Amino acid sequence: MLERYLTGASTYAHSIDHLFILIAVVVGFWLIAAEGMMFLLIFKFRAKDGRPTQYITGEEPHLKRWISIPHYLIIVCDIVILAGAITVWYQIKQVMPPADVTVRVIGQQWAWSFQQPGPDGVLDTADDIRTVGEMHVAMNTTYHFELLSRDVVHSFAIPAFRLKQDALPGRTISGWFRPNRVGEYDIQCTQMCGIGHAMMAGRIIVETPKEHAAWLLRNSNPTVAGGQQASLAPTTEGLATMAEVRR
Amino acid sequence: MSTEAHVQHAEPGIFQKYFWSTDHKVIAMQYLFTGMAMAMIGGYFAYVFRMQLGFPNQYVPGYGIVTPGRYNALVTMHGSIMIFWVAMPVLIAAFGNFLIPLMVGCDDMAFPRINRLSYQVFLLSIIVLLSSFLVKGGPFGGAWTSYPPLSASGAYNLTPIGATLWLLAVALEFVAFLLGGINFTVTAMNSRAPGMKMYDIPILIWMIVLANIIFMASAGPLIAGAVMLLFDQNMSTGFFDPTRGGDPLLWQHLFWFFGHPEVYVVLLPAMGIVAEIIAVFSRKKIFGYKTVLYTTWGVGFLSFVVWAHHQFVAGIDPRMANIFSITTLLISVPVTEMVFLYIATLYGGSIHLDTPMLWALAFIAEFMIGGVTGIFLGSSGTDIYLHDTYFLIAHFHYTFVPIAIIAVYAGLTFWFPKMFGRMLDETLGKIHFWGTVIPFNVIFIPLFITGIAGDQRRVYNYALYAEQSRPALQHLRTTATIALLVMLSFQLVFLFNFFRSLRKGKTAGANPWRSTTLEWTVPSPPPHGNFAELPTVYRGPYEYGVPGHAEDFLPQNVPD
Repeated sequence: MLERYLTGASTYAHSIDHLFILIAVVVGFWLIAAEGMMFLLIFKFRAKDGRPTQYITGEEPHLKRWISIPHYLIIVCDIVILAGAITVWYQIKQVMPPADVTVRVIGQQWAWSFQQPGPDGVLDTADDIRTVGEMHVAMNTTYHFELLSRDVVHSFAIPAFRLKQDALPGRTISGWFRPNRVGEYDIQCTQMCGIGHAMMAGRIIVETPKEHAAWLLRNSNPTVAGGQQASLAPTTEGLATMAEVRR
Repeated sequence: MSTEAHVQHAEPGIFQKYFWSTDHKVIAMQYLFTGMAMAMIGGYFAYVFRMQLGFPNQYVPGYGIVTPGRYNALVTMHGSIMIFWVAMPVLIAAFGNFLIPLMVGCDDMAFPRINRLSYQVFLLSIIVLLSSFLVKGGPFGGAWTSYPPLSASGAYNLTPIGATLWLLAVALEFVAFLLGGINFTVTAMNSRAPGMKMYDIPILIWMIVLANIIFMASAGPLIAGAVMLLFDQNMSTGFFDPTRGGDPLLWQHLFWFFGHPEVYVVLLPAMGIVAEIIAVFSRKKIFGYKTVLYTTWGVGFLSFVVWAHHQFVAGIDPRMANIFSITTLLISVPVTEMVFLYIATLYGGSIHLDTPMLWALAFIAEFMIGGVTGIFLGSSGTDIYLHDTYFLIAHFHYTFVPIAIIAVYAGLTFWFPKMFGRMLDETLGKIHFWGTVIPFNVIFIPLFITGIAGDQRRVYNYALYAEQSRPALQHLRTTATIALLVMLSFQLVFLFNFFRSLRKGKTAGANPWRSTTLEWTVPSPPPHGNFAELPTVYRGPYEYGVPGHAEDFLPQNVPD
């Protein structure tokens, strides 16, 4: 159902989509039943001359059943939904499948920057690749991310992956994703982070492993990075965004 | 000089009566009209930012070009105003002040001067809030949730004075409602007419009392948080600053520990208004009066243990999300039961579809949509995707618009005859009803869809997002904006009807709706002191269609 409105491009996108459908079916049934019952009663008991009101307190057992039976059925439905919700949550947020690659995602006013290992596959080494606003990943590869913020609360969201996680200053928050469809997708910040909040856009590019390996080779240059922590001084792109914001 | 003094002395009436009064009915009107004025301001903000979303970067008539900073300020102020300065004053303070003494059968509130102080502090909070539009940097734009470090530092939010003024305004508003809350609770519990037992109190009064208890119990942590945030902003403390050992998540917990019960603080009075109206216009006793009360208490209790469902993806321990998912879905049980009881009340009735009843029924119909869509967000699994999208926006507007708009209109059209002694025009009332309810759905159903498609909230322009700038989604946003314009323009019908009926409406008797509760036993409008002779209560509040009586209603104060 969600797929109709936005492509799913990670392994857990389908779990969330299925949970959405499960909830839609269960609550949709109750919504239609309750609205239907209400309009039926409004029609059936509309004021008519000579038809007196029935005196009902709501304590009568044969009428109380109409409330208590739905009451128990709703508890059952809640348990079904909860089982689904917790299963999906557990799979996405509580356990992490073993990582193929670990990357670092840094939020700051108002850009996302990314640090990923170069061809050696290890983070924080000389050949790391640092990018701003654009992240390249390989399909069918499990990524762990370490999420940081340099200033205020941001939220790292990739709608096509059904991924969302707040970034908090002073903490490193871990998560994972495994892209399963080649393409270019949006990265958003979904937490109010100041006047440039709307401009905190990024792109994630999912490539085939072969393309990605080529990209890694092209972009990792140990002599430039020199193993130092490159400072995240505003890039030209970032400055342009900020200029637009201030204007 | 002496003339001036003389004039003031000779006409104490105007000032004493309308600005310095301790009469609960006058204070109720002060709250009502102030709330309505604030609703116009909040509605105007909605108009401006919806125009920006519907027609990006175009000139907005009556405002100009919307800049990103101003967009943030507009959404922040819209949210704050509609909750703190519209829903609370109108639902709790206006209806509470007007109706509690009249419905429980006493001459005034228990603490009339605290009541007056409450309104004055409330007015001050509005002045503080609106003054932030005049200061350097403009009003605060860090969202109504005001998460630090953004809200704590002028270097991050660029509105250092606006952020402090916003916080002060909210704190003052809390003071006003703490003063009011103790007053409402004490009055309803201690000043009841002889014979009015606990289970003879009208449901609305119970709901207002419980709302106030919930408010008073939940406001403390946020007030403490507000003081800490004020210190962080202005005195260089670091309660929420991680570089100095603070924790930004602390604020989120303090805020939502208040913020979620707050939803029920405004929901309960709205449910109460709807209960009164459904009973009157279906000529029926409320189905299971005691069950309604028990579910209300259940909701009130559970509302304190669901707050972290706002923080599933905020960086809390992921195991916590499971607990809060369970409590959140659990609260659906008493709320659903309450709604079912209201629907069951219609069974066997004799339903008259006057304007107040249309609003009350619309409340139930629309609120159910808001309720069921909440399940998607309360379920941690789907919340990962839907959190902070327009799906959430549409969901809570399907709860808050029924609460703060639909239920308020229900209450206003129902008690207007009692408040002002005249009837509203029914035809205009029905035009206004359909002109509000239909566009309301046309605004928010498209926003459910844009939310499902990934639109994140608080974004003034989606041009930078390829997935969000698809024409189909822009079309939905434009549809919502046009529907808002239609809905806003139909509010003029209400204003016209309201002010015309004040002078020209048909004179209402004491009891135009043939209702049973005590406020309908006094003249309309009620005189100072309310009851010529304080009433005695002989029965519960909803005795309609009692077998063996000629009239189909038995007022509470008529002896057997």
